[in-house]
Amino acid sequence: MAPLVEVAEAENEVVPNFSTGSSKRRRRVRWWRGVVLVLTGAFFLIPIYAGIKFSLQNTEGHFSFQAYEKLPSAPGFTAALTLSLKIAFVTMVVSTLLMVPTAIYVHVRLPRLRRVLDVVTVLPIVIPPIVLITGVLGVFPLWAKSSPYLLSFMYVILAMPFVYRSLDAGIGAIDLKTLTEASRSLGGNWSKTMWRVILPNIRPALLSATVLTLALVFGEYTMAQLDLWQTIPVWIAQFQVSNDGPIQVAASMMGLVGTWVLLMVVVSIDRSQSRRNRKKLGAS
Amino acid sequence: MSNSEVTASDPGTLVLGSDAVTYHRISGLRKLLRRSVPVLGIAPFIIFSFLGLGIPAIAVTYYAFQKEKGGWTFSNIHFMLTGEKHVFLVGFENSIKLGLLSAVIPGILGVFIAYAIQTSKSNILRRITTTAAGVLANFGGINLTFMFIATLGSTGILTYWLADIGINLSNIGFNLYTFSGVLVVYMYFQLPLMVLVVTPALGGLRASWREAAENLGASSWQYWLRVGIPVLLPSILGGMLLLFGSAFAAYATAETLTLGLISLSPIQIGNYLNGNVIAGQTHVGDAIAFGMLVILSITMIFYSLVRRRASKWLR
Repeated sequence: MAPLVEVAEAENEVVPNFSTGSSKRRRRVRWWRGVVLVLTGAFFLIPIYAGIKFSLQNTEGHFSFQAYEKLPSAPGFTAALTLSLKIAFVTMVVSTLLMVPTAIYVHVRLPRLRRVLDVVTVLPIVIPPIVLITGVLGVFPLWAKSSPYLLSFMYVILAMPFVYRSLDAGIGAIDLKTLTEASRSLGGNWSKTMWRVILPNIRPALLSATVLTLALVFGEYTMAQLDLWQTIPVWIAQFQVSNDGPIQVAASMMGLVGTWVLLMVVVSIDRSQSRRNRKKLGAS
Repeated sequence: MSNSEVTASDPGTLVLGSDAVTYHRISGLRKLLRRSVPVLGIAPFIIFSFLGLGIPAIAVTYYAFQKEKGGWTFSNIHFMLTGEKHVFLVGFENSIKLGLLSAVIPGILGVFIAYAIQTSKSNILRRITTTAAGVLANFGGINLTFMFIATLGSTGILTYWLADIGINLSNIGFNLYTFSGVLVVYMYFQLPLMVLVVTPALGGLRASWREAAENLGASSWQYWLRVGIPVLLPSILGGMLLLFGSAFAAYATAETLTLGLISLSPIQIGNYLNGNVIAGQTHVGDAIAFGMLVILSITMIFYSLVRRRASKWLR
C-alpha cells in the first residue's frame, strides 16, 4: 500500500495548510508517480515496438518491408479479407437497422423499459462467446450453420453492449422529445422526423457504433474459428502452418494498428460530442 | 412472444394502440392490449436477442442434462466432475486460478496507475492515457498473441534484452506458451480495463473528506485506512469481479497462444466443438459451458451487490 500513500501526498499541493515543509515529500511523490508511469508505459509500448520491429525483418533478419509486400499475395489472404468484409457489412447494416429504431423508440415511447434494455444489452458480456457458440452450434438448423452470415447474426448480438450504449448516450444527449414534437407540429410524419431530424442529430453516436462493430468483426476469433469460417483473425492464426513468422506478425500489426485507429476515432468522436453538449449547456 | 410476433407484422394495430384515445368502451382486456401494444415497437429487438442469447443459453443448459439419445440425465455433469482423471475439473480449477490472478494483480496495480494518472498535473498525459486505456481494454485475441510472441517468445526482443542483463526467463519458470505467459498477456487488456473502471471512483474521492480528516488530526495513513480505502473498496472489488469474468471466459488469446494445449474450461469446450469427443460423451461440452454459466452468474450477482454499494459514494 505504500506507493498509494506516497502518491497521495500530491494532493497536499492543493491543500495550503499542509503543504508546508513537504517539498522533500513532494519530490518523492513525483518520483513514485514517475516510476509507476514509466513501468506502465514500458509494459504497453515494448510489445508494440517488438511487433513492429519483428514484422519489418526479412528472412535474414535485416530491415525490410518484405512481409508487408508479401502479405496481399499470401495464400488465402484475399479470400479471408473478402469474407471478413462481407460479414462486417451485413453485421453493420443489420445492427443499425435493429438497434437505432429500438433505441429511439424506447426513448420516445417506453422510457420505463430503458432499464430492461440496459440489462439485456449487457448480457453478451456476461454470457461469453464460447458458451453462446456452443449453444448455437447445438441447436441452430443446418442451413443457418452452413452460412457465413450466421456469424453476422451473432456479431450483432456481441456488438449490442457497445452499440446500444453508444446510441443510448447519443440519444440521451439531445432533447429528443422537443425535437420530435417540433417536427410533428410542423407537419412532419414519423419517417420524415426520423430521417431529417433525429438521425442527423445522433450521427456521431451512429458513427461510433458502426466503427465499434467493424472493429469487433475484424478482431473476433472465437466464434469464427469454431464455426469453421476463415475470417481474417482465423486466417492469421492458421497461416502458421507455412511457418512464415514475419508475415503473420505483419498481418497482426496491420490488424492492431487498424483497430487502434478505428477505436481512436470512436474515442475522439465521443469526446467532441460531449464537449459540444457541454458548450450547449453552458450557453443556455 | 408469439403474440407480439403476430401483431408486429400488422402495422395498423400499432397506430391504433398509440393514438386512439377516443375509445370509450374499454374493457379490461382491451385496456391490457392497449398498454402492451407500445411494447410491440421493440418486438424485433426482443425476438432477435431471444434467438441469439436466450436460445443458446437455454440449449446449453438443456443439453447439459440430456442423454446422447434423449432423456434427462446427470451423467454429463457427473462425467465432467469425475471423468477422464478429473481433466475437466482441473480445467475449471485452472480457469478460476487464472481468473483470480488476473483479477487481483491488475486490480491492485490498476488502482495505483489510475491514481498516478489522476493526480498528474499534465492534462495531455491524462488525455492520452484515458484514450489509450479505452482502446487497449477492448483489445485481445490473435493480434495480441503475435505481438507477445515477438516480445517474449523464444526469439522475442524482450527475451534478448533480459538475457543481456543476465536474466534467463525459462530459468525463473516463465514460459510464454503456458499458464504464466497467458497471465502476462491478459494483463495487457486487464490493466487498462481496471484503470477505466476505477478512475470515476477515484474522482469521487472528495477533497473535503481529506481536509476534514486532516483537520481532525488524521495522518495520511489514517485517512487512507479509514476513509479512502473503505470508500474505494466496493469499486475496486467490482472492477476485480469484472476482470475475473473477462479472464475466466476468454478463449481466443489463450487458444492461439498455447495452440489449444492449456487446460482451461473455454479451451476444453473448444476442443469438444472441434470434434475431439470421447465416445459416448457428446454433451460434455455443454456440461462445461453450463458450469461456466453458473460460475459467471455467481460472479455477476456479487458484482451487482458490490455495484450498489459503490454507487452510494459516487453521486
